[in-house]
Amino acid sequence: MQTQTIPDKINFWRNVIVLRIVMQALFVIAIALVAGLLYTNMLRGLEGLGLTFNFEFLKQEAGFGIAEGIDYAPSDTYFRAFQVGALNSLKVSVLGIIFATLLGLLFGVSRLSGNWLVRKIAAFYVECFRNIPLLLQILFWYTVVILQLPPVRESITLFHNIFISQRGIYIPWLKPMPGFAQWAGYIAAGVILPVLIYILKGRKSGTKDFARFAVTWGLPVFTCLAVSGWYMSPQTPLVLEVPVLQRFNFTGGVRLSPEFSALLIGLSVYTSAFIAEVVRGGIQSVKEGQVEAAKAVGLNESQTLRLVVLPQALRVIIPPLSNQHLNLAKNSSLAIAVGFPDLFNVGSTMMNQTGQSIPVFTLIMASYLIMSIIASLFLNWYNRRVRIIEQ
Amino acid sequence: MSNEMIRQGHPREMTGPLKWLRDNLFNNWYNGILTVISLFFIFVVSKAGFTWIFFEASWEVIPANLNLFMTGMYPPEEKWRIWTVVYMLAFLAGISAGIWGGIILRFALISTAVSLLLAVLPFESITRLLLLGAAIFLTASLLLGRGRTGWRSVVLWGWVLSFPLTVIMLRGFGESGVLPAVMTTRWGGLLLTLILASVSIAASFPLGILLALGRRSRLPAVSWFSISYIEVVRGIPLVTILFMSQIMLPIFLPDFRIDKIIRAMIGLTLFSTAYMAENVRGGLQGVPRGQYEAAEALGLSYSLTMVLVILPQALRSVIPAIVGHFISLFKDTSLVAIIGLLDLLGIARSIIANPDWLGLQTEVYLFAAFIYFMVSYSMSRVSRRIELALGIERK
Repeated sequence: MQTQTIPDKINFWRNVIVLRIVMQALFVIAIALVAGLLYTNMLRGLEGLGLTFNFEFLKQEAGFGIAEGIDYAPSDTYFRAFQVGALNSLKVSVLGIIFATLLGLLFGVSRLSGNWLVRKIAAFYVECFRNIPLLLQILFWYTVVILQLPPVRESITLFHNIFISQRGIYIPWLKPMPGFAQWAGYIAAGVILPVLIYILKGRKSGTKDFARFAVTWGLPVFTCLAVSGWYMSPQTPLVLEVPVLQRFNFTGGVRLSPEFSALLIGLSVYTSAFIAEVVRGGIQSVKEGQVEAAKAVGLNESQTLRLVVLPQALRVIIPPLSNQHLNLAKNSSLAIAVGFPDLFNVGSTMMNQTGQSIPVFTLIMASYLIMSIIASLFLNWYNRRVRIIEQ
Repeated sequence: MSNEMIRQGHPREMTGPLKWLRDNLFNNWYNGILTVISLFFIFVVSKAGFTWIFFEASWEVIPANLNLFMTGMYPPEEKWRIWTVVYMLAFLAGISAGIWGGIILRFALISTAVSLLLAVLPFESITRLLLLGAAIFLTASLLLGRGRTGWRSVVLWGWVLSFPLTVIMLRGFGESGVLPAVMTTRWGGLLLTLILASVSIAASFPLGILLALGRRSRLPAVSWFSISYIEVVRGIPLVTILFMSQIMLPIFLPDFRIDKIIRAMIGLTLFSTAYMAENVRGGLQGVPRGQYEAAEALGLSYSLTMVLVILPQALRSVIPAIVGHFISLFKDTSLVAIIGLLDLLGIARSIIANPDWLGLQTEVYLFAAFIYFMVSYSMSRVSRRIELALGIERK
């Protein structure tokens, strides 16, 4: 019988280690070639347009107006204009996330209601808004609903203080008075003090339960300081300002422009349909045995929900929920369809004016990427926190 | 004990609709209140809705523009080409439904129902006849395909070939002849929406598989490249990518004249690839380690392991996710209206802007929404069926 001899040295073209290095080198070279080709093309194209690739233009005067947002004048720089856009995006995203989550919770829980009719209404809502493109919904809210509202003088009044018309929604808002800065100091102290106590005390006793500490220590300290600060300040620090109809328009309060309102409603409603499904799935993922066991140990209904169902459901809900929040923030770029000056809309105006498409796209992409990175860092932290520690 | 006494022992036993009402709507006091409020709400909304739909809305804008909604500016004398494609797909769908049955059968039945339903819409009578014909044709090919398991590979090849055939039929070539070229600028409406969605799904499928494999690759250069591509694309909005493909492609590739629709397709494909890769990765992760080890033990190379062992299992389990992705891409194609293409939504906007149809935005948008809803909703039902059939738990 012949025995096969094993060669003590493998040929280098069959050696896995060598192969892996060669393969990667080839891959990198291929990518570099494509990138290099695109880059030279780009330089050639830019030369044809008489442009160079840099961010210098950001210091130039923008020269275009932006309808809403933080203080800004056309004589400000492009960079300032971009900031206005970014903050507008942030504003609509944060508000949208809050409303979408609340609506989504409401309809998600309703889909599991014991009431047949409520269940069906929630299902109708979810299917309806989930299956129609968001852009169509935003345009619908804008052109069909908001722009068809009565003119300012015939505004619809809600709760005596909210006025809805073609020009937007006017709501009462808190206006800071001269004493505000002093009061803000008290508020800041009310936040910092408990945190300091927590750190000091925690180091001594090794306690880690921040939520419990926040309720037993943080909340009382904060309330004390906030209330005493309110009465200590020479003037009332905040005044509720109600919009008042003047000759042509309302003054006072806060105006949500038609564009902003349409975008906000569209984003919130569309995303809430998805969040409702996430919430429903999360609650359904908790096995019935868990609820029965909770009842068996004598927990009442609210304790069952708070101590048994929610902690388990949240573990399932949070990751897709934050994914939906991220989607909402990205979808806020549809603002361009109704003319709300968000990050992307301002960016595209900048592109049209300067022709600097590549730097502006870089800025826009960087802004969105920073946002998603923050979201995914949070998610990783959360997943680590709630991970089931198996024995 | 007589029957009389038993009946007396349970005097309030209810059955039938009354019991259902009590169990589902009035089982305690707050559910009772909720029911009353809901009924009131439904009454108010549906009353307003019905009054508007049947008495106030002026629906004549829809039949007058139905051709625009469906095919955009596609030349009427070339419509037969679209119909040929529809009949070809109906034939393939019917045969496949006959051979495989199950979900495909259900899908074919839904398609038949949809085309019958469409025949009710106020099209020209020739269109209605053709739709009716398509439904009958589909059913006939279904009966033809029943039990012909030997045709499987032929039919699969038919599907693969149907793709270039569709493009050739719709696009055409040359100035004259049988198939004169129809410029892509004339494509529009639902036709364009469906083409954009299917082209980008079909193109992103192989690319997505490659990226998913790349992400799990043991070569750091490859996996880093794949991860950064996937995460960057998933991190930025589709509008940005569409604008980039419109503006940057001519800068990066100045030697080619790429028309607007192709640029949109490239943008949608680049976008969709990243999501497709994540879906496929989910399937790859679900394949047990033992399968890899077994393939290795048999001495299969990496590519053979993937093609013969891993991918068939992984792809099977991600079919629902891919259908879901197709639904969202179908809705997302509406964003091309922002860059000025006349897809279903773009057409709707252009009709609203037409002074002949001033003030009819509600009717036009609702009609467009109805079409999107029908397609998207029926696909999501199909996807749910597939999930049940594959026995995959919804995550």
